[in-house]
Amino acid sequence: MRFRTFAIAGGAIALAACSTTGTGGEAKSASANKPVAEAPFPSTYEPYPGVETLIIPVTVFDGAGGRIDNGWVHFRDGKVVEVGGPTSLPPEVANTVDGTGKYVTPGVIDIHSHLGDYPTPSVDAHSDGNEATGPTTPEVWAEHSVWPQDPGFSRALANGGVTSLQILPGSANLTGGRSVTLKNVYSRTVQGMKFPGAPYGMKMACGENPKRVYGGRGRMPSTRMGNFAVNRQMWLDAKAYADGDRKKRDLANETLAGVLDGEILVHNHCYRADEMALVMDMAKEMGYKVSTFHHAVESYKIGDLLKENDVCSAVWADWYGFKMESYDGIPENAALLWKAGACVVIHSDDENGIQRLNQEAAKAQAAGKRLGLDIPDAEVIGWFTLNAAKAMGIEAMTGSLESGKMADIVLWNGNPLSVYSRPDKVWVDGALLYDADDPKRRPVSDFELGQPGEGDVK
Amino acid sequence: MIRSALFSVTAALALAAPAAAQDFAITNATVATGDGSAPVENATVVVQGGKVVAAGTGVAVPAGVQTIDGRGTWVTPGIFAAATTLGLWDVEAVDESNDSSARGSDFGAALDVAPALNPSSQHVSVARTGGATRASVYSQPTSSIFGGQGAVVDLGADPDMVTRPRAFQMIALGETGARIAGGSRTASFVELAAAMREAREVANGQRDPDDSQLTRQDAEALVAVLNGEQALYVVVDRAADIRQVLGLRSAYPKLRLVLVGAAEGWLAADAIAAAGVPVITDPLDDLPVSFEQLAATQSNVGRMVDAGVKVALGTLDGGTGNQPRNAAQFAGNLVALQKVPRASGLTWGEAFAAISSVPAEIAGFGGRLGVLKPGAMADVVMWDGDPLELSSAPVRVFIDGVEQPLSSHQTRLRDRYRDLDESDLPKAYDW
Repeated sequence: MRFRTFAIAGGAIALAACSTTGTGGEAKSASANKPVAEAPFPSTYEPYPGVETLIIPVTVFDGAGGRIDNGWVHFRDGKVVEVGGPTSLPPEVANTVDGTGKYVTPGVIDIHSHLGDYPTPSVDAHSDGNEATGPTTPEVWAEHSVWPQDPGFSRALANGGVTSLQILPGSANLTGGRSVTLKNVYSRTVQGMKFPGAPYGMKMACGENPKRVYGGRGRMPSTRMGNFAVNRQMWLDAKAYADGDRKKRDLANETLAGVLDGEILVHNHCYRADEMALVMDMAKEMGYKVSTFHHAVESYKIGDLLKENDVCSAVWADWYGFKMESYDGIPENAALLWKAGACVVIHSDDENGIQRLNQEAAKAQAAGKRLGLDIPDAEVIGWFTLNAAKAMGIEAMTGSLESGKMADIVLWNGNPLSVYSRPDKVWVDGALLYDADDPKRRPVSDFELGQPGEGDVK
Repeated sequence: MIRSALFSVTAALALAAPAAAQDFAITNATVATGDGSAPVENATVVVQGGKVVAAGTGVAVPAGVQTIDGRGTWVTPGIFAAATTLGLWDVEAVDESNDSSARGSDFGAALDVAPALNPSSQHVSVARTGGATRASVYSQPTSSIFGGQGAVVDLGADPDMVTRPRAFQMIALGETGARIAGGSRTASFVELAAAMREAREVANGQRDPDDSQLTRQDAEALVAVLNGEQALYVVVDRAADIRQVLGLRSAYPKLRLVLVGAAEGWLAADAIAAAGVPVITDPLDDLPVSFEQLAATQSNVGRMVDAGVKVALGTLDGGTGNQPRNAAQFAGNLVALQKVPRASGLTWGEAFAAISSVPAEIAGFGGRLGVLKPGAMADVVMWDGDPLELSSAPVRVFIDGVEQPLSSHQTRLRDRYRDLDESDLPKAYDW
């Protein structure tokens, strides 16, 4: 048992962060005046070998709002070939998986994780998520902090069915740096986990954390108005850089210019509704777009504004009250956003919560139901699959079971919105990487070898 | 918990005071008594005078007792939060609102949560709305390895929160205790031994103020631990540390030990069972968060229960914060493990007992709380479905037979923002 603390280094809750995405290893430079260096640290991820597979009969949630009872899913060469129903003829496939009584969803996606940059064991030597030495650090990249041996990746896979995740810097800083999107497949290197073609994100943070961290050191920002002043000046300087010839390498401004170019997605940790409204205006002033507000416990107060600005809210089901700016969190947040027609994503920001994104979504759905909002299961599944993929800019590749997309697939032993269900099998790019029936078909990180509990069911 | 008419007049506005204890029977419900047995359909629960009179099938409703049709609902004892800081804080990270630890205090074991409890804390309302009716509230060790004396409380909407003050003492051993004691487990065990020696001297009237490490108040507080009147909740995770703690009874035979944490308890399950020491644990911890939790697994609870250990779910920080309302979700996850090959889970009845009767027994209220059986205090919750399922929620909550309000800051916000219409007046006028 660990007593909860709110220290910067270990207090994931206090620092529950939002991040941004940026141009990924595969992204091509777009702007004419932007000769940016060839993407360094490129992804070396390659799908593992898979077997052509037909899961039949099975209940299918396709991630895009569709549900097929008594259906089937066919995948081959790492891609979804086709999803069918009881009246469509399935193909002849040697390897069939009996899905009777089971459910299929796309691989779960966590838009907000610190696996790797705050890995377990949670010792100070592993505290690599916040470069809390200056309030704006767009020059740092989360991938340089990710320890690919974090045991947390394996729990997220086996218990949570997570196949893709965005690793964000923490929220000590107004601008925390670039995020990195990973496939949840262990590798010797972080490059070997990087999601090919995923755009980068950039993490920003509103509110209490930046002003506390820097105000506590007697430097700017120490107030919310200071937060905005520092941010706006950063953007003005970045625009000057972006409008120039961009020949002189400048890591911070390269990232910010990527945001202004629309290639790097902004993920903004922000709890309070009033602050989100101010951030959306700042984004308009400076010429960038916020992809997603993370944590966003008060989004329900401004569902209309969020819809109008086309900004997603990445939320927990029911976290609240742990800090002042989370005091107005309510379990109906996601459902009220859904009612307003705004984009909902369920996130974790937690190495435990990432194992139960499906359960958190189910709780949020149930809170809506008690309010008279009947949100279909198939739409709720989208909160932790396709909506997350959209907010991360990877929806053309994963997030739903559509022909040609990556065969990132979870077979659940019951309805994933029930507390009694767990992943039975998980495929990533068509490769079977977790199988509840096979003791060896589960990953064990280097750290756990030869230690108590190695290879246990966890 | 017996409410006076005076209270309901004076405090009604502040606390939305519930009516006095009522006699009632809930019929046609699926009833889980909390004792580990499976739920029973078409059953009846009868409450009179704030106590459970009967629960089960074939129960007749006494004449004159109001009947509530429980068709389609489940009825259970209220959830008992086995270890929480509920009632000691308003906003965890707002230091001045948080009394869950006394970091700068000169005192340790003497600290007492009872006078610090705030029944009006929003988190008490939220927990109650989630079906939690009782809790063991602890004070977190920070200035000393001893955190102080915890209380058993009810979560009712009334000013009297304490069911039993000074019900247990908490001590941190393992990594946390070692850091407090001076940087090593070697120090924490010496500190414990020294404290026990002083408590013994106080008990024997031999305390020498010139040869003491503890304040007089701390030494006096530990007498109840030494003589077994007060349980000692020991925060410890590593298997090796657990074995050391179990060995303490050779030196202090009357200690009533309870292990809190016990992430590696399954590795010492036989020893824990043989010692008859109960455990309070976060059941979903499955990561090597520290070097004392390397073997953490969600099968920890199932394996300990299989070995004969009495296990309650508590300290539920993993993933959803310190929220007793999620105890049922955690318990449901243990039922889910029954379907996972090689994992060890719990039956539905065992899982519900781990959040009701077992924590009540550990707190010293076996047979009186956490169960629906004749003579038990009538903490009764009606749910709109299987209480362990994510889609279910309480529809009525009774504590000591008194029906409770199910409103809170959260429900008021929900009602205000049900729509975003401000065409007539700002939202601030909608209340």
